[in-house]
Amino acid sequence: MKDLIKIDHLSTYFDNGNGKVKAVDDISLRVREGETVCIVGESGCGKSVTAMSIMGLVEEPGGKVVNGQIHFNGKDLLQLSKNELRTIRGNDISMIFQEPMSSLNPVLKIGEQIMEPLIVHQNLSKKEARERAIQLIEQVGISRAGQIVDSYPHELSGGMLQRIMIAIAISGNPKLLIADEPTTALDVTIQAQILDMLRQFKEQSNMSIMLITHDLGVVAEMADYVIVMYAGKIVEEGEVVKLFQSPKHPYTQGLLKSKPVINQRQDELYSIPGQVPNPLELTESCYFHDRCAHCMDICRTKQPKLSEVAEQQKAACWLYEEAVVHV
Amino acid sequence: MSAYLTKRISYMLIILLAASLLIFSLYALTPGDYISNNIKLSPERKAELREIYGLNKPLLERYGIWMKNAIHGDLGYSLAQQKPVLTLFNEYIWNSFLLAIVSTFLTWLIAVIVGVVSAYKQYSWFDTLMTILIFAAMSLPSFFIGLFLIKILAVDLKWLPPGGMLTTGTNAVGMAYFKEVIHHMTLPVIVMTLLGVGSLSRYFRSSMIDVIKQDYIRTARAKGLKESKVLFRHALRNALLPAITLVGFELPALFGGSIIIEKIFNWPGIGQLYMQSFGLRDYPLLMGFTMLLAILTVIGTLISDVLYQIADPRVRLH
Repeated sequence: MKDLIKIDHLSTYFDNGNGKVKAVDDISLRVREGETVCIVGESGCGKSVTAMSIMGLVEEPGGKVVNGQIHFNGKDLLQLSKNELRTIRGNDISMIFQEPMSSLNPVLKIGEQIMEPLIVHQNLSKKEARERAIQLIEQVGISRAGQIVDSYPHELSGGMLQRIMIAIAISGNPKLLIADEPTTALDVTIQAQILDMLRQFKEQSNMSIMLITHDLGVVAEMADYVIVMYAGKIVEEGEVVKLFQSPKHPYTQGLLKSKPVINQRQDELYSIPGQVPNPLELTESCYFHDRCAHCMDICRTKQPKLSEVAEQQKAACWLYEEAVVHV
Repeated sequence: MSAYLTKRISYMLIILLAASLLIFSLYALTPGDYISNNIKLSPERKAELREIYGLNKPLLERYGIWMKNAIHGDLGYSLAQQKPVLTLFNEYIWNSFLLAIVSTFLTWLIAVIVGVVSAYKQYSWFDTLMTILIFAAMSLPSFFIGLFLIKILAVDLKWLPPGGMLTTGTNAVGMAYFKEVIHHMTLPVIVMTLLGVGSLSRYFRSSMIDVIKQDYIRTARAKGLKESKVLFRHALRNALLPAITLVGFELPALFGGSIIIEKIFNWPGIGQLYMQSFGLRDYPLLMGFTMLLAILTVIGTLISDVLYQIADPRVRLH
């Protein structure tokens, strides 16, 4: 499979006046055509900032992509002008978000909001765009599309709004769909429907999906390839079955252990001890060292590199560096 | 909607009735009146005049008469000017309205532009400069800015007339008359706009800053829309919603005149007439004017509520 998007050494920092926060710190990843890549991690680990960096929408004050390349379709997205990037955004790369309830403009009709990218990217007339909008609403499994097209966001449920967001996202037949925690705000049955729908569209059009989530259940269901992030760094990545069967990095092991298992009664669910480090106080070290059961001297002073630890599996951990004397 | 309007209008009538009672008692219970002001009159003559004007009748009866006439569209007779109150309003209010409508329009236009740009480029040099200018303008009293501009633009540079609505002794008609009025109103309009822009643009700025951070603005950008579309179609519409409440308050302001500005620029508006009537205790005129403002305020609120429903689909009036 060909690479669709390839990110090299991407770093996105925020400077809010109190110091520099390395939200995304020198990460490299790729998504191949037709592949679903899941990015997993706790809140604040840089998953969403990675996505926003791809979209060119890092917009909080002080936020900036400081280094790296994002290769897509033979171009480096970070080198494109605002106008060039805009023709890709919402067209070749589209995105859906966590909160469907607040992601649509409350004063514009659903139809108008679906029509906008059709008019901008595909040069459809208003009439054509409206017809296409109705088709799209039907495509995402909402009946009464003719009525929904003229209703306002507050008249629809969260699940329906997320379907509308998907309709907007797939309207340009994107090559890459970035889904930032698309099911977190929805209840479980709706979650399953939304995920099914994403999978179905992916298969129909050979679209790639970059799915950002902290829900390992979603990962197991959707992913071909998994990337685990911690404090702005990739700590482990690998093919999904391998990663679930034999996680290498202690953080990934902890994550998998803290996932409830169906039909198995546990008095207390495991949780990784300690807290995510304060991003302002990070020094050269493995950022996970103070929560890690296998912490060694070197972990406190030197950052491990991401390297191959098994076939189709990489981890950034001193436990797997042969040069290091294990104690 | 029509059921809502019927309900609202009946509430309005109750509020206006209460307001009229309050306004009447305020002026009727204040000691002294137009006649007691005049020291040249003998006590007998005063009693005679009070008899003629009906000022010696019991309070409740006087209120009844006033209300009855008001309902029939007659707000009484100005004692000082010897003309019906409504005729006087008609003579003066439109002059005030002219100043108010032009300056209100300019104020809103400038405030929206300044507010949007300041919010979009928050903490930029433009934002900082505007913040300084706005606070400077807001901190200075209107009479100071008024007199200062008269000194600079009228007295020193002689670009604009210092006051009045027409050149003394003019007999201009048609276009010439029109031009003369515009020439005279420029200064007061500048001062009124300067005073209004400040608070309103701060209002739009903070409203816009809130809206720009919303998720749906991120969605609009993610769709690949032009930044101007994102700002004006998606953000501004939402940012303007809270300002609809202000529209209701603008209605009485449009007709209420401005006491200080009209005094400084010697503009023949209702504010000046009001001030003058106060000195003379011309109570029928004062009552009529206060009542008119009460009516406009109530109508203004209704208009803003209805506008809200039109602008924001989430608002439903019951």
